Amino acid sequence: MKVGVVSFPGSNCDEDALLAITERLHEQAVMLWHKDHDLQGADVIILPGGFSYGDYLRSGAIARFSPIMQEVVAHAKRGGPVIGICNGFQIACEAGLLPGALLRNESLQFRAIPVTLRVENTDTVFTGKATKGQLLTMPIAHGDGRYTADAATIAKLEGEGRVVFRYVNAKGEVVPDANPNGATNNIAGVTNEGGTVVGLMPHPERALEPLLGSSDGMVLFESLLAAVNA
Amino acid sequence: MSATPRPGDPVITPALVAEHGLTPSEYEKLVAMLERTPTFTELGVISALWSEHCSYKHSRPVLKTLPTEAPWVLQGPGENAGVISIGDGLAVAFKIESHNHPSAVEPYQGAATGVGGILRDVFTINARPIAMLNSLRFGSLETPRVRYLVAGVVKGIGDYGNCVGIPTVAGDVMFDAAYEGNPLVNAMCVGIMKEEELITAKAEGIGNPIIAVGARTGRDGIHGASFASEDLSEENEAKRPRVQVGDPFTEKLLLEASLELIRSGHIVAIQDMGAAGLTSSSAEMAERGEVGVTIDTTKVPVREEGMTPYEILLSESQERMLVVAKKGHENEVKKILTKWDLAAEVIGEVIAEPVYRVTEGDTVVAEFPGSRLVTDCPQYHPEAKESEQAIARRTRDVHAIAALPSESDPAWTLERLLQAPTIASKYWIHRQYDSTVRTSTVMGPGHGDAAVLRIRGSKKALAVKTDCNGRYVFLDPRIGGRIAVAEAARNVACVGATPRAITNCLNFGNPKKPEVFFQFREAVYGMGDACRALDTPVTGGNVSLYNENPQGAVYPTPTIGMVGVLDDASHATAMRFARAGDSIVLLGENSDELGGSEYLAWIHGVVAGAPPAVDLAGEKKLIDALLEGIRAGHVASAHDTSEGGLAVALAECCMADRTRPMGATVDVTAWSTLATRALLFGETQGRVIVSSANAGAVLAIAKRHGVPARVIGTVTEAVQGLHINTTTHALSISAERMIDAYHEALPRAMSRAAAEAVAADPALAGVQ
Repeated sequence: MKVGVVSFPGSNCDEDALLAITERLHEQAVMLWHKDHDLQGADVIILPGGFSYGDYLRSGAIARFSPIMQEVVAHAKRGGPVIGICNGFQIACEAGLLPGALLRNESLQFRAIPVTLRVENTDTVFTGKATKGQLLTMPIAHGDGRYTADAATIAKLEGEGRVVFRYVNAKGEVVPDANPNGATNNIAGVTNEGGTVVGLMPHPERALEPLLGSSDGMVLFESLLAAVNA
Repeated sequence: MSATPRPGDPVITPALVAEHGLTPSEYEKLVAMLERTPTFTELGVISALWSEHCSYKHSRPVLKTLPTEAPWVLQGPGENAGVISIGDGLAVAFKIESHNHPSAVEPYQGAATGVGGILRDVFTINARPIAMLNSLRFGSLETPRVRYLVAGVVKGIGDYGNCVGIPTVAGDVMFDAAYEGNPLVNAMCVGIMKEEELITAKAEGIGNPIIAVGARTGRDGIHGASFASEDLSEENEAKRPRVQVGDPFTEKLLLEASLELIRSGHIVAIQDMGAAGLTSSSAEMAERGEVGVTIDTTKVPVREEGMTPYEILLSESQERMLVVAKKGHENEVKKILTKWDLAAEVIGEVIAEPVYRVTEGDTVVAEFPGSRLVTDCPQYHPEAKESEQAIARRTRDVHAIAALPSESDPAWTLERLLQAPTIASKYWIHRQYDSTVRTSTVMGPGHGDAAVLRIRGSKKALAVKTDCNGRYVFLDPRIGGRIAVAEAARNVACVGATPRAITNCLNFGNPKKPEVFFQFREAVYGMGDACRALDTPVTGGNVSLYNENPQGAVYPTPTIGMVGVLDDASHATAMRFARAGDSIVLLGENSDELGGSEYLAWIHGVVAGAPPAVDLAGEKKLIDALLEGIRAGHVASAHDTSEGGLAVALAECCMADRTRPMGATVDVTAWSTLATRALLFGETQGRVIVSSANAGAVLAIAKRHGVPARVIGTVTEAVQGLHINTTTHALSISAERMIDAYHEALPRAMSRAAAEAVAADPALAGVQ
């Protein structure tokens, strides 16, 4: 598997994503500069976390116009896997790869805490090796993470099982206290119709080693590898 | 050539000189140096360079007494940041700096730009920043103004560091009325590099171009350095424009571009345009390189039309760098900056003639003889004398203070202390800081006595912590200075690291007052004592004086930023009790001390008595014993006793991590001769609580090092709560009660701040 990690000027989790692939998964990964048009033959694109172009306007709003994103969108349209993490999820939504939008956290404050996620859908490139209902612990770190869409879109997503991750408590229950940002229906991540584009606010690339507190993100990256090799 | 006044420049009068913060004798010195009347531009330059903030004119002679050398110190004070070797060819760069004055008038931008400035100090030395820390001091949370400051400062720190992508991993926060009008905001940055990659900011090579890089120069922050060198007053609200505005996105670009520039080999030196902006950065680089420089202000990229040389030289616009490039490599430098969408303009040149010359086109507007601009700065040896009140305060018999009736149940006292904002969980703050970005945070805020970061490509890890109990320094500056260093070292040792070196941020009042200068001198001497005893030299830092307002000065607060090294990241040790059934061992000895305690301040409203004594040789032994125990795998948790004493430390071991609380049953009747409240809540130094499955091994190690040690109890499940049996009282408290007191105190106080914000701006209610 060869992964392309898009590096916007304000990306700050690009290196973490790259190392997740090379050091933890022992697969190939390359950085894709935002001013370029070349995906360098990557099988999978990761849109990493950060503040793409400063995000003073609206998170991810400028990134969608960058040269590299034109190629990423084309790759996604061909059915190529794209994973958007945190700012990458915001960019994927702005670029129309995923429905909905990420609004300012309900608390109006940045939140950097560990959360528990429940895997809702295992028919995506990022969750194929997980089990439905599996609980995963990993950090969030964002100011704009409140997933929102109009009622019809939410109903469609829920009806088609396209909510991939939900914030839950330690018992796996969907409760308001487990919702760190006010997201609709505790939604932490969603997918496109084909299950090839997945966006999520939490950071699985920060949960790959027991030394750092959790290796629960491993199953997601292993899923990616299995999907590409399938 | 000689500088001539520009048309329209104000005439130099005694009033104008005074307005620039120069004393008549300093002005005379300036005239003597120039051998003529200065131009307005020159007066501005000197007012910045000779400000306390830039010149250290009151502090330097005392600072020189600090130990700065050790075999592992690669760069001591005087550069952008200090650097130590940590073995394996790796080095750590680190520095702490204050942004107190700006944060007092504009908390969000003041704190944010403090973070930005310290980041630049670290990456200009060619280290990649890997962690941020913050040492914050505020007044009482009971006042709305303080709650506003806390919310703004925390948001400012978070927004900046989160955006640049450097984890904010540790720090310390204390609340005391002494900081009411003068909050302290000290930001520390830690970076990592290869030893041989270290560069210094020294202008070299005659004919080399000087290039301004990064953001354009605007009118913000003019005279920021002078502002930071005076007392605060009502008028300071009007000085808000002297506070700079931060842009963390540009900082991120500048960080990447600067590291790329340095590694490209096209430049010889790089320095942040920080306090006193272009003036200070260019003058310092010239002085270090023993060369002259010439700068043309018309070449500097500006944000607005019509800026005068005076404004351009003194602007403190953020996210700017000054670079000395190799002659002929200008285009390569520009190419790298263009990649990062940043501007770069050649604005001057390194010259052989020993002058510091500023031109506006062809007209010379300021010219100083050589490096005398920096070196001729006045130096003072102010009078130092302890006040009678200070002596009376220290010698007061605090044991005579009667206990409150409620104190008959020590669980009441413990609960109250756990609610004290200085002691209570700072989770409300930490959850706003990204502490896990860069995937190296082994132990983030609130888990251990210090933060731990692994070093990629090595088994090693770093431990970092800031510390200072200003109350101790206030009561006895010499002892307080020693304790600040000793506690920081102890904290770093508790997580399993060998303390290696410190940076420091000396926050004091007006040095022209003998009692303040006494505090300053004695505190620095105390720090020096401890640094020598603990083998942790000083690699740099910052002095912030004039932290006072008409109500008085802040507690003298010499904040210590400590860096320690773990040879094996897996040795990282948390403070929480790990397993029921483990023995609880107290390393160190209890005593009857009560002076300067949080107990006296919070429960009785008394700040008096002698602070706890500190035995520096004993501290060293304690650290050695602790580290041996941790490395041998005998220590499951370690936590030092600090504010709130033994009882609070035990409570924290039980439930600082509220998701996995534990209980403990403890017996301290062995100390039957000590007053119970001193035993439970006194802040005797040199004590660490460890838990262990093999207490015998821990006791044996302690004995070998000559450290007093005793098993005082057993870790239990959380449902059993915390029990401490003393000769006179039995303290019993449930885990729930401790958790509520400790974890909810700050959120409760700060939710009032949110309500106040909505009251002030009803539009916010809709957002909620």
